Amino acid sequence: MTIAIPPSDNQHAERLQPTGWLRYFSFSVDHKVIGLQYLVCGFIFYLIGGLLAGAIRIELTSPISDFMPRDVYNQVLTLHGTIMIFLWIVPVVNGAFGNYLIPFYVGARDMAFPRLNAVAFWMIPPAGLMLISSYFITGAAQSGWTAYPPLSITTPAAGQIIWILSVLFLGGSSIFGGINFIATILKMRRPGLKLMQLPMYCWAMLGTSILVVLSTPVLAGTLILLSFDIVAHTGFFNPSMGGNAVVYQHLFWFYSHPAVYIMVLPAFGLVSEILPVHCRKPLFGYVTMVYSIMAIVVLGLVVWAHHMFTSGTPPWMRLFFTIATSFIAVPTGIKFFNWLATLWGGRITLNSAVLFSCGFILNFVFGGITGVALAQVPFDIHVHDTYFVVAHFHYIVYGGSVFVIFASIYHWYPKFTGRMLNEDLGRLHFLLTFVGFNLCFAPQHWLGLYGMPRRVAEYDPQFAFVNQLSSVGALLMAISTLPFLFNVVQSAFKGRIAGDNPWNALTPEWLTSSPPPVENWTGEAPLVTEPYGYGVPADQLDLAATSGRDLWTNGQ
Amino acid sequence: MVLVLGGLWIGQNVNLLPVDASANASVYDELFRVLFSIGAILFLGILGVLVFSLIQFRRRSGQLGDGLAIEGNLPLEIFWTAVPAFVVLFVGLYSFDIYDRMGGMAPLSHSAHDHHSMVAGEEVWGGIGSSSSQSGSETGLLPVPIEVTAMQFAFLFHYPKEDIMAGELHVPAGRPVSLKMEAKDVIHAFWVPEFRIKQDVIPGQPTVLNFTPTKPGRYPIVCAELCGPYHGGMRSTVVVEDPEDFDTWLTNNTKAPVSEA
Repeated sequence: MTIAIPPSDNQHAERLQPTGWLRYFSFSVDHKVIGLQYLVCGFIFYLIGGLLAGAIRIELTSPISDFMPRDVYNQVLTLHGTIMIFLWIVPVVNGAFGNYLIPFYVGARDMAFPRLNAVAFWMIPPAGLMLISSYFITGAAQSGWTAYPPLSITTPAAGQIIWILSVLFLGGSSIFGGINFIATILKMRRPGLKLMQLPMYCWAMLGTSILVVLSTPVLAGTLILLSFDIVAHTGFFNPSMGGNAVVYQHLFWFYSHPAVYIMVLPAFGLVSEILPVHCRKPLFGYVTMVYSIMAIVVLGLVVWAHHMFTSGTPPWMRLFFTIATSFIAVPTGIKFFNWLATLWGGRITLNSAVLFSCGFILNFVFGGITGVALAQVPFDIHVHDTYFVVAHFHYIVYGGSVFVIFASIYHWYPKFTGRMLNEDLGRLHFLLTFVGFNLCFAPQHWLGLYGMPRRVAEYDPQFAFVNQLSSVGALLMAISTLPFLFNVVQSAFKGRIAGDNPWNALTPEWLTSSPPPVENWTGEAPLVTEPYGYGVPADQLDLAATSGRDLWTNGQ
Repeated sequence: MVLVLGGLWIGQNVNLLPVDASANASVYDELFRVLFSIGAILFLGILGVLVFSLIQFRRRSGQLGDGLAIEGNLPLEIFWTAVPAFVVLFVGLYSFDIYDRMGGMAPLSHSAHDHHSMVAGEEVWGGIGSSSSQSGSETGLLPVPIEVTAMQFAFLFHYPKEDIMAGELHVPAGRPVSLKMEAKDVIHAFWVPEFRIKQDVIPGQPTVLNFTPTKPGRYPIVCAELCGPYHGGMRSTVVVEDPEDFDTWLTNNTKAPVSEA
């Protein structure tokens, strides 16, 4: 491990930004402030989206539509999907952790375009508020987060237009962020730091940002055409005007399948940062990890039509998209085997960050297996648009990305605040989340196989018991946020002081104070060329430094 | 080895699907068993490794040192790249064999050409089982043509030969059925879980769906594409009857020459 920390000098530039708590509500250009703004803002939207999920699960405890009117139910499910994707997971795994960590990892004082960065964040709260207020003003969109025409053209126009506008804003924010990450990673690296020496999260964000920049504009264009169809009665996607509804589906999924990778690739990167630190081992297979990320990026762009196997696509297209989709399992599998190999032979501290990371591995492997099954056309024909699919993608985005978000909060909270989180509450949070999540979503696979379609407010009474089971799981998930919230708030004031580097980590964000100063390091940025230089080579076990028990467990 | 055998055993004994009531349902279930076996082996294996690692390699009190500095292992990495690649390739090819047996690979124009009730020149979009060769020529029976209209929020079934309108789909067991489907307003999807078939019904795209029911009984027809507030209530029933019962039903319901429009 090579870390050079030059002597610090104390020339502080005059602060133009507000300091103290006020900066979190300001147009701050400090990447760390922006990162935390993303995180807290995203979490508030997560709570709102969670309330909507709770409303859905309450409605589904009985087979008849009795808790809310049917059109309100459709508004709720549309808002739930849109908020969770565009206002919680995408901004948090990209915006929050990306902004906080990437400048540290490349050894920069800030992002490449700090003002663009602040603009990108400040597009999110208005867009989110607009989306949610549409429910109270005109009634929200009711055509699902996919907004398939002609349904989205025939449902009340005002709500749909507001939905389109806010998604355009959020997409714009995402594109600004993506450009910023690409520029920062490629151009702002500290002199002497090579690309293949970067922490894995940089590679994940580079891949994700490429996907964002390539595919989000397609969504924007599609939604603008859709809004023309609604407002100006053009006929791009309206069959009664000679349009084609399937073209919309192609364009929509050209963005929205990569969007899945936009949600999980950064999570992959974060796990790659967390596991080596707490296992005290190097990340296994750095080079193959990098190539896997890039392979997922390339393959992720050419699999979109697997969402449309029942839409009357030609056979050659089904063949191509089945094979392409199945092959994504290969680079993804490499990453999971590498993480397992990182765990193997480590000195694993079983803290909340590691537990959530391992929960992520299990959930995502399960979701990945159902994903490969769904890629097979004949299998998909039966379960497409059923609760099987609902279960599958919640295993990916909740069991995958959200578990990693929690793991990351436990891992980086000491850096954010300078204080430690309470580990007992953290483990309780993990236990409740893991049990609740699996109880909520595992039974839904059965529902889908047995014939319950998704997005329904009423269903065949034979499914009542399993739905109630699933709702109990959802209740547990709701309860699980309480210890977390209490922990985060209480530890911010009363938590144990963390010190600069409580985990003895080697990546650059830990080589400064907690919380870090405005320009990250008081002196020159440290040069970290081996971000995962943990562990002792097998033949160099230092007999003097290891206790007898250590030798015992190593069998020497 | 135990894992592989266990996975295969689970795959053979899994019972997660409703009764199979059409010719392609049993083919489908074959695929499901294979996928389930592979998935179970993989998942249980990874679960085992993960739990073992967490217990065996956890930090015990008094341990201060780091783990072993293993940065990679090329043969191992090649191994776990090649094996999944081989498995997904096998699964992909196998599922296409299954798909072919369900009749999904027939070119679309072929089904349009074969279908006698089709208006010439009309574009037809086929789903699974869209080739008549699968259902028609093998059994030597002509498919029963039925026109399906999907609208918010019901399916209507029209038997063109007898000019019967029905809210329930009656089909004879053992004879191929050819549904010509059309949507009036928004996208719907025609799904019979017991037949393992689903086809989106898209406005502006008349779609043909062929299948052969095998087991008499009453099965639900479910709309599987969000189509509006009453989407959850858009259900119907398919009644699979013995051919004689089906003929009786047809004659009983054939309209008298003078009847309401």
